Amino acid sequence: MISFELSTEQKEIHEMAMKFAKNEMMPKAMEYDEKAEMPMSILQKAWELGLVNTCIPAEYGGAGFTTQDAMIITEALAYGCLGMNTAIMANDLALLPIVIGGSEDQKKKFLTPFTESYKIAAFCLTEPGNGSDAAGIKTTIKEDGEDFIVNGNKMWITNAGYADLFVVYGTYDASLKHKGITAIVIDGKAAGIELGEKENKMGHRCSDTRAVTFNNVRVPKENILGNVGEGWKIAMKTLNHSRPMVASSAVGGAQCAMDHAVKYAGERIQFGVPLAKHQAIQMMIADMGIEIEAARLLVQKAAWYLDQDKPNPEVSSYSKAKAADMFMDVASDAVQIFGGYGYSKEYPVEKIMRDAKLIQIYEGTSQIQRLVIAKEIFSRS
Amino acid sequence: MNIFVCIKQVPDTETKITPNGDGSYIETSSIKWIMNPYDEFAVEQALLTKAANSGSTVTVVRVGGVKDTEALRTALAMGADDAILVESGDNLDSYMTAKALKGAIEKSGNTPDVIYTGKQAIDDDCLQVPQLLAQMLGLPSVSVVVECSEEGGKFTLKREVEGGALEVYDVSSPAVIACNKGLNTPRYASLPGIMKAKRKPLAQHSLSDVGVADSDARVKYSNFQLPPEKPAGKSFDAMDEGNQASVVSEVVKLLREEAKVI
Ligand SMILES: Cc1cc2nc3c(=O)[nH]c(=O)nc-3n(C[C@H](O)[C@H](O)[C@H](O)COP(=O)(O)OP(=O)(O)OC[C@H]3O[C@@H](n4cnc5c(N)ncnc54)[C@H](O)[C@@H]3O)c2cc1C
Repeated sequence: MISFELSTEQKEIHEMAMKFAKNEMMPKAMEYDEKAEMPMSILQKAWELGLVNTCIPAEYGGAGFTTQDAMIITEALAYGCLGMNTAIMANDLALLPIVIGGSEDQKKKFLTPFTESYKIAAFCLTEPGNGSDAAGIKTTIKEDGEDFIVNGNKMWITNAGYADLFVVYGTYDASLKHKGITAIVIDGKAAGIELGEKENKMGHRCSDTRAVTFNNVRVPKENILGNVGEGWKIAMKTLNHSRPMVASSAVGGAQCAMDHAVKYAGERIQFGVPLAKHQAIQMMIADMGIEIEAARLLVQKAAWYLDQDKPNPEVSSYSKAKAADMFMDVASDAVQIFGGYGYSKEYPVEKIMRDAKLIQIYEGTSQIQRLVIAKEIFSRS
Repeated sequence: MNIFVCIKQVPDTETKITPNGDGSYIETSSIKWIMNPYDEFAVEQALLTKAANSGSTVTVVRVGGVKDTEALRTALAMGADDAILVESGDNLDSYMTAKALKGAIEKSGNTPDVIYTGKQAIDDDCLQVPQLLAQMLGLPSVSVVVECSEEGGKFTLKREVEGGALEVYDVSSPAVIACNKGLNTPRYASLPGIMKAKRKPLAQHSLSDVGVADSDARVKYSNFQLPPEKPAGKSFDAMDEGNQASVVSEVVKLLREEAKVI
């Protein structure tokens, strides 16, 4: 039977994460956005409370959350601050390839330290010349005696400036296309890693995004995830998990924008009555409610497939595309309801609208989600 | 140390309160319950006391309805070791509540070294249970405590009195300590704490199990009503310079005679 009721424990998880979002993240969100600085003390506290690295299984020291649980946590954290949530979520994005493609030994070695202290991870797929066309990777991973040597440029890497660990995708043999792509774990302190300047971004400004160059970085062979040539498969499985998570962050951000708009509409008087009494405003708010709930249900369904161990890339992409586009619309309408005040940094919806835009871009743009979806649909016809 | 904490579950502060059908209490069917905020300070102080005295246990005790057990689960997730729930209605009077707490603590078989409570519950604001409980158990009690230190079973407690002054009490264990805001910063229930809480023991008793009978009631509740709505505020137009002097004297007159605030 279908049930939409959260378990008692899930309700408690939601409540606790929302309390953290409202008390610890929201009051500082604008300050760190302006400073464009990683909120290390808040991230550390989130880690101490178990809100970070929700993808790590219990065998390796994680809390043993289901994917559904992880979505609940992400939605709440994004409600508090999209940028801080990106810094938190990028850890999962980088650790998932290890959870999915790593051997027993690799999981113990790489995941467990993340449960013992707050550590930061970065996922390096995108390159300056390859974004949407991720399979066109130019970074090389070449065998050299007992090691591999990694060379190449990565672009837009979240958490790069703080990373204790990088998961890097490169090609073993570019002529093999997808089949040459290999995933490798690189220690953050390895010699030959060069960091670019922190990008000066529109939104998610507190999160740390940089170019990373790997210059003859020597990595032991046992750091290859799965086998040489299995990197693409691992990357796609990772995105199946991470896309609903990104979608869930959009739901949280949109819910926050809507809650601000509802409150403001009740307070602001125009034409002698609160905005909330004007039908045109009511329609906008009602549409927000409809769209947010629709996206949330898609997230839950995508998470349900993952918890059943029946990953469904099509539904993962549905959730990402729907939630990202919904969030952009809701954030824009929330600014509209605030009028001129919404356009000012004095009110929180300005930041939320800037933050919303990124969700349509990273982890596969809204266009790329539709390509994935169409490919699945036509493969059945 | 055997550390006990008495906690109450109260409606969330954002709840819209309405009287129930016969006016004997409030409508509880759609209420979101939370732990009484003052009791969070009590739980935190208990956990701090436990941390400073190895081998201690923290037992949380609650008297109230069983439909939601939010407050007890929160306390267990924060780090309490076990919980006792005495099942009753949600509107027991202070005397019955204190008697039930006493019965539950005695029934646990552990002699308390200290009992922490909040100084008051934010729903009925009676401020009586800690003192009644201490009286029934024959223990000293100090309320409105804002500083608490303990060494070898001796507590030094500071309590707020009118005018911002502090009274200092030296109390030996066992004692009842009723906590105020400012005593500490209650910790969050961590997510691993939430996952662990469901495996912690929760004993459940009826009122009669802990020696409380209907005849113990000292208060009969009736005629719950919403407070009368506040009349709309008066506004005065002082934009016109010529009017300002007369508007000001009018406002001062009303503040003195009608509002009686100056
Ligand atoms: C703040 C931020 C953080 C990021 N973090 C990470 C990270 O941690 N790790 C990582 O690996 N990457 C990260 N990325 C990179 C991100 O995933 C890419 O930016 C994204 O995949 C798009 O690639 P691109 O920027 O090269 O755009 P392009 O691929 O150049 O696309 C430009 C536009 O063309 C459209 N387009 C492209 N191809 C098609 C097509 N076939 N049909 C229709 N439309 C198409 C796109 O939808 C887009 O609108 C991050 C990006 C940002 C901005």
